[in-house]
Formats: sequence, structure tokens, C-alpha cells
Amino acid sequence: MYSTLDISTDKIEQDQLYKEMGLSDDEFASIKEILGRKPNYTETGLFSVMWSEHCSYKNSKSLLKKFPTKAPHVLQGPGEGAGIIDIGEGKAVVFKIESHNHPSAIEPYQGAATGVGGILRDVFSMGARPIALLNSLRFGELTTERVKYLFREVVHGISGYGNCVGVPTVGGEVQFDACYEGNPLVNAMCVGIIDQEDIQKGIATGIGNSVMYVGAPTGRDGIHGATFASEELSDSSASKRPSVQVGDPFMEKLLIEACLEITQCDALVGMQDMGAAGLTSSASEMASKSGTGIEMRLDEVPQREQQMTPYELMLSESQERMLLIVEKGREREIETIVEKYGLSACTIGEVMEEQVLRLQFAGETVAEVPVDALAEEAPVYYPESKEPEYFTTFQQQPDYVPVVDNEEEMVLQLLQQSTIASKEWVYDQYDTMVGTNTVVTPGSDAAIVRVRGTEKAIAMTTDCNSRYIYLDPETGGKIAVAEAARNIVCSGAKPMALTDCLNFGSPDIPENYWQMAKTVDGMSAACNQLTTPVISGNVSLYNGSNNQSIYPTPVVGMVGLVEKLDDITQQAFQQAGDVIYLIGETKAEFGGSEIQKVLEGSYFGKAPSIDLELEQQRQEQLLAAIQNGFVRSAHDVAEGGVAVSLAESLFANELGCAIHLTGDATTQLFSETQSRFIVSVSKQHQEAFEQIVSDIHVLGEVTDSGTMHVHVNEQEVIALSTSEMKKAWRESIPCQLKSKA
Amino acid sequence: MKFAVVVFPGSNCDRDMLHAITDALQEEASFVWHTETDLSPYDGILLPGGFSHGDYLRSGAMGATAPIMQAVKQEAAKGKPVLGVCNGFQILLEAGLLPGAMLRNESLSFICRNIGIKVRRNNTMFTSKYEQGEEIILPIAHGEGNYFCDDQTYEALQRNNQILFTYSNNPNGSVQDIAGICNERGNVLGMMPHPERAVESLLGSTDGLTLFQSIVSNWRESHVLNT
Repeated sequence: MYSTLDISTDKIEQDQLYKEMGLSDDEFASIKEILGRKPNYTETGLFSVMWSEHCSYKNSKSLLKKFPTKAPHVLQGPGEGAGIIDIGEGKAVVFKIESHNHPSAIEPYQGAATGVGGILRDVFSMGARPIALLNSLRFGELTTERVKYLFREVVHGISGYGNCVGVPTVGGEVQFDACYEGNPLVNAMCVGIIDQEDIQKGIATGIGNSVMYVGAPTGRDGIHGATFASEELSDSSASKRPSVQVGDPFMEKLLIEACLEITQCDALVGMQDMGAAGLTSSASEMASKSGTGIEMRLDEVPQREQQMTPYELMLSESQERMLLIVEKGREREIETIVEKYGLSACTIGEVMEEQVLRLQFAGETVAEVPVDALAEEAPVYYPESKEPEYFTTFQQQPDYVPVVDNEEEMVLQLLQQSTIASKEWVYDQYDTMVGTNTVVTPGSDAAIVRVRGTEKAIAMTTDCNSRYIYLDPETGGKIAVAEAARNIVCSGAKPMALTDCLNFGSPDIPENYWQMAKTVDGMSAACNQLTTPVISGNVSLYNGSNNQSIYPTPVVGMVGLVEKLDDITQQAFQQAGDVIYLIGETKAEFGGSEIQKVLEGSYFGKAPSIDLELEQQRQEQLLAAIQNGFVRSAHDVAEGGVAVSLAESLFANELGCAIHLTGDATTQLFSETQSRFIVSVSKQHQEAFEQIVSDIHVLGEVTDSGTMHVHVNEQEVIALSTSEMKKAWRESIPCQLKSKA
Repeated sequence: MKFAVVVFPGSNCDRDMLHAITDALQEEASFVWHTETDLSPYDGILLPGGFSHGDYLRSGAMGATAPIMQAVKQEAAKGKPVLGVCNGFQILLEAGLLPGAMLRNESLSFICRNIGIKVRRNNTMFTSKYEQGEEIILPIAHGEGNYFCDDQTYEALQRNNQILFTYSNNPNGSVQDIAGICNERGNVLGMMPHPERAVESLLGSTDGLTLFQSIVSNWRESHVLNT
């Protein structure tokens, strides 16, 4: 290895070595100004990771401020490991979503696995026990061997890690579009539960208190992972494979149990995961938040490789490590707990008054940098924004009207589209039930995990239709939030708050930045209207490959509260004879729709419109109807329109339905107009239901015929057996994986 | 009845097992850490699922060498009920308390789903409250549940009526659809399906509760007879 200690400060400047670390000329100049001198190699490294987009949000900060983050039930908003909401009875729910896109693009198994590991640590570092994992995945079309490999290995990675740590993976979504071919998206979300009195924070208070290192020893893996995550993927990205960390879920499991036990010990002052930018971010952020400084002796850091330099030790993103601040003199109490789990804890430094991060190595001070400069004073950029030409063109296009010759064939084709088709092949590989709290497993609108010892349950979902956002970022941003809330409401829960993972292309391209700004505007409007503040999240920029950016994909992870277990509702029709309603008007809206993809192979035109007030009203009315016990099943109308929603509602119990529609068949069946629901109601509750829910249309009733019969204008256009539809829907993904490209 | 739930580093169904006993079955249960050496105060021993020691060598291989396993063997020799579920089954195999070995699932992927299980014998302390031949629904969740044994061992298992559960639809490639086997004496049971996950109707099935009820009812009977 090169000896970084020998590289002179002059050489760093003259040879512009800082550029290799991702710092710009201007940024290097500000570092010199902050320090009043030239930084050495280690210090340059500290700045480069802390000032990367991944850690500093330097390009997105100005937009993130627009999100509403407060509400009476929000106990912790953005800024800590994860956000926290109050669910009553002294309990709280902790959650966050995070991306691991770039690592997964080049090493899909470990990239996805460590994505799960990182988000778990964000949650249990707050003192919460993780109770559920979700994920949101995007891949190219399943037509090339490379995409199939990425898809298989990402799922294996999530399964390998999540199953071993014993946290159920209860839900998520997978979508496929060509724009993700070179740059898949792997977003992992974790939800935890905590007694409010146990909430921990990542703080470093108390001058003289000890800085303790717990968990796996540090190796050279993941050095500059945060910087790697902040640049565009290219043909040479495979050479960055050493930037991908390697996960050890067994170590993580021990760390969870040890940290939760430590949480009960009042010698603990603060705790933070060593995630992106490792030891650098955890130490500098904890000190910066607390108005203190930290001195560390890097020789004391447990190491699994020889002759590591300070630069490597500080920038390593080795997994399964935590940094703890412990009351001086009580370190032994922590060591005792940790040793029970076969782990070691060691004291590597102290909290000090002077607000700097000072690093000692081999008897010398190798770095001394103000903590605020690292954690808080990264430059904030306001990138150039430009409305893309495609947007102007799409807005001016006449409304797209698909021509459907055979409705039956179209239903079967839609059910086989990768984005709509059953994801059983995926979730079959996840342990969805460990913990014995999962009431609703993957496959319904939202997953539900009960809160043991109460009558309550937590509903959770991840959602994002990036096609609508591509066509119209502001409208699409509203839809992303509204759709997540719709899924929560359909499951019988009240939407409470969300976490978001903003996956976008390079902000250096003005059109990309415009997309991001408009999306955030749309999402913020919906969050305000639906009272679902953003309490945590992550930004992942520079997603794209070969000069092609991904569709803007702001994944929404939403959590809702089920007040009583009886309210839990699923999408499946329950009983023959029940009345099927459609809530909401249907307009001819096909821009960005699944049927457009089937017929045209691309997306264009206008995204479906959305009226947020109407959305809120319908959601509130439906939830009230569910909570009053009037609703037997509820499902939102999404990709593929009413026809697909009806088919999906039939699958679980293999029932049939008799439907009568009027108007244009294609519109009634396949339009993707927003704010609509398919609901079934027993005849006994029909009148009560109709009194509290408006904009309703009786479509027909549930039958035990095992066939979906649809009449439009009194002419039968569809008679498909449920089993045939289910077969098409279930076998699509396994079949695509097996076929040779 | 007082149960021990043995906890290995990496066990992750330990709390589920404890809840099944204390909440659903309403009997006593305590965690016992793998470094302990005495299980004599307990009436029944439960080895839960998970990934003991990460399953890094072979599943269950390192767990089988834990100090507590000597105590498990001692109590098993006394005739106390010993139940190993999933990773617990793998540990019982590795410890030599049950014959055979586990291979990776035929699909080479982890599988988690509810599945039909046939009760092959109902005259054991674990199955007496099931009907003979009854099909029950239990969840499976494993990557290495493909039970393997040679022909001779299989014949012995059959001869001694040691096969208690088989899959209705073999999910993992197990020899002769085997899902659960007991020792010759009938007091040590290893099974891949998770009865502790099927003890509340809220979560979909109560078919697993019957197994625990069988254990308790048999223990009560013998306990009354002995005292």
C-alpha cells in the first residue's frame, strides 16, 4: 500500500489529488480557508467524504427544506439516525429508508445485503428494536442476462442478510423499466418500535466522556463508498468494486442484541452507526450536534488488516460497527454487556471541549479539523435548473387514446407485465414472519405488523410510480405520496408520516435538477394536504449510466397506524354476494400508463391529474367506513386500471365477479385516473357505507363463479376465469427469468 | 409445565418460541443462554430457529458444540421432551441426537411460506392431539431444509416409526418428503416447519399450538402417574 502519511500537502495541491477524492477546486480552496493552512492527505480525505453529496446533501439541501417535517405526533424529524412518531401508550415507531444503488450495480449481492445492514443500524442506534424491513427495487427489463443476474442477486442479498438477522421483510415493490438497466435502484427501509423513555440519540456530550468502538474490526472495504455513491456510474465503475462493503449478518444480529441491552444501561450517553464515511461521519456528527469535539487514538481502533493508515481507518466503511459515547469510568459496564455476545468494545478516545476532531496515530497528531466544518459547513449549491424540452412537448401533445381490440387479451397481457405481475418469486425468499407479528404479509396494499401487548398495528408500504414523475414531476410527486397513503388507508390504517429516498440523475444536468425541484414541490404539497410529514430520508443522485439518467424516482416509505386489530382490511374479495364499488370518477387518462407501455413501448403525453383535496376527502371517508366495519375489502386502483385491480382482488380467495360498466370500455377498464378505490361491502352494510362515502359507483358483485365477467354498455367484453388470470400473473416473472435472452 | 428456550448467538426465533409458550399455551418458559450447563430444572427443552453462529460452517454445526448441548443430551436421556425447530433441528442433527443431515434447498434459494404438512403418527408425545394422517398448515422459512439420509437410515426411520411429519408438496427436495423426525425413544423431535409461528388465528393458523398442547397434555398425564 502507498504510505499516505508521506504525501506532502504541496503535492496534494499541485497534483490536484483532492480531485481523485471528489473535491472540486473551489471546495479545496474553502478547506484551506477554514483550516488557515493546506490540509494533509488524511484531512483532505475527511473533507472529501463529509462533503460528498451522500453525506452533506450539498446539492439537495435547499430543496429538502421545503418538506413539512413537523406534526404533533412527530417525536423526531430528520437529522438523527431515523425519524420517530408517537403511536400512544408510551410507544413510538422509528423508521427510515436508504439507498444502496451504486454498490448494488456492481456487486449486487453485497450491495443489497449491506443496504439492509445499514438501515437496520440506523434504527437500532436510536434504541429501537427493528420489527420490519421493506424494500423498493428498480431494474431494467428482464430481457438481458445482466439484468436477470442483478435482479436475482439483489433479492438473494436482501434475503441472505434480512433472514439471518431475524427481522421480517414484510413488503416492498419491484418495478422494471429500461432506464434502470445500467443503474438498478435498491432502497431499503426499516421500521422499529421503542418505548419512548428509551429513545437514544447520536450525541457526544460530557467533556471527558469516553468514545467507544463496538462491533466488527475495521478493514479496507468501502473506502470512499460515500464518494463513489456521489458520482455517475460508468464503464470503469466495476473497478470500484473494492468500494463495496461486505456484510456479516451474524455480527449484525449480535450487535442488535448487544446495543439494545446497552440502551438499558444509563452509562450510555450517545450512539451512532458507522455508516457512510464510517468513523469520520459518526464522530464528527455526534460532536457537531453536541457543540463538543472528539479526540481519537487511531492505533486503538480494532483492525482486521495490517498497516492501515489513518486515512484508511477514517474512511473505511466496514460494516457492523457502532460508535458509543460512554460516561467516563463506566466503560467496564459496556464491555461486560458486549462480551456476553462475543463482541469487543474498546475505548478509542474522549469527548473534549475544543470543537475539533483530533486524530492521533503512532504518537503524532495526524489530523485536526473543526467538527462543524466537516458536519455542517459543506458548501450548499443551487444548481442550474431548466425545464426539459421533452416536458414542453409532452404537455402540448393531444391526449393519448389507446386502441384495444380485445379486452380479454389486454387484461392477460397487463397481468403479465413485470411491474404488475406477482412478486411471489421475490418475497418467497424473504422470511416475512419471523418475530410472529406479521398480520398481513407481502401481496396486499400494505404490510401490517401488530404491536405486541396493544390492540394496535403498524401499516407500511413503499411506493413510487416514476413514469408519472418523468412525464410531469410536480404532479407525479403528488401522486407518489398520495398513492402510498391510499395503500395505507386500504389496509385500515391512518397515514402518519413518511420517509423518502430521492433517487435522481446527476444534479449537474439542469434538466435533472428541474425534475428534482418540481418533484419536491409536488411531494411537499401532498404531504401538507394529507398531514404526513417527512421524518427521515436519503438522497441518491448521479443515478444513470452511459449518459442516460434514470426516471426521477422519489420512493415514498409510508407508515400508518391501525387503531384496533379489527380494522385490518385486505385487497382480496371475501364473500360471494358482496357489492363491489368503485370510489371516484374515471377519466380517459393514459399518459405513463401500463397500457401505453404495452401498446407503444414508451411513455409520453400528460401524467394523470390529481386533486389533493379530493384525494384527502376520499381517503378519510374510506377509512371511516373501514373503521366502522362497513368494508370487507379495499384496494387502490393503480397500474393497469380497474380491470387489473378487480383481477387482483379475486386472486387470494379465487372468487369471481359480475361487473357492469357504462361508457368507453377502454377508459373504464384501463385508465389510470388517480384517487380511486375498489371496495367490497356486504349487502347488510350497503346503506351505511353509502351514507358516509361519496363519489361511489356500484360496479357489480362478488360471485363464486370463479370467473371475471365484465359487461360494458350491456355487452360482455370479458369472461376470464380467475385461475387463468392468476396463472398468467403468477408465472410471468419466473418464466421471464428462465427464458434465454 | 416449565420450558427452557435455549438461545444461541444468532438464534432469532427464540422470542417467538417464548411467546408461543407463555402467551398462547399459557405455560412457563425461560431463556437459557448457550453457555449454561444445567437444564435439570426444566420439564421440556426447546431449541429455536435462527442462524446459530451465522450458520457459517454448516447450519447448526457450531451450535451443536455449545456447552448447553451436553445438558440437552442429559435431559433427553432422561426422556424429557426435546423439540428442535428449523435451526434447532439442524443442531440436533449435528449433535447426533437425530440421524441424517441437512442440504441446501433444491432451488438453492431460501423459501418462506405456509405449507401443507401431513401428520404421519399421532401416538407420540408431540402429536397426540392431531388426527392420524391429518393435513395441517405450518410456515416454513429456511435455506437449508433439504433433509438427507442414506437408504439404511431411512429404512430404520420407517421401521421405528420415527417419521412424524412429511410435506404434502415437497418444497426443498427432502428425502421421502420428510419434514420432521424423532429419535427411537420418541422424546426428541426435529422439524423444519415452525409450529411456534402458528399459534394465533390473527397470524393465520393455530395448527402449531396443537403440537405444544400435545406435549403439555402428555407431560401432565405422566406427571400425575409418577406422583
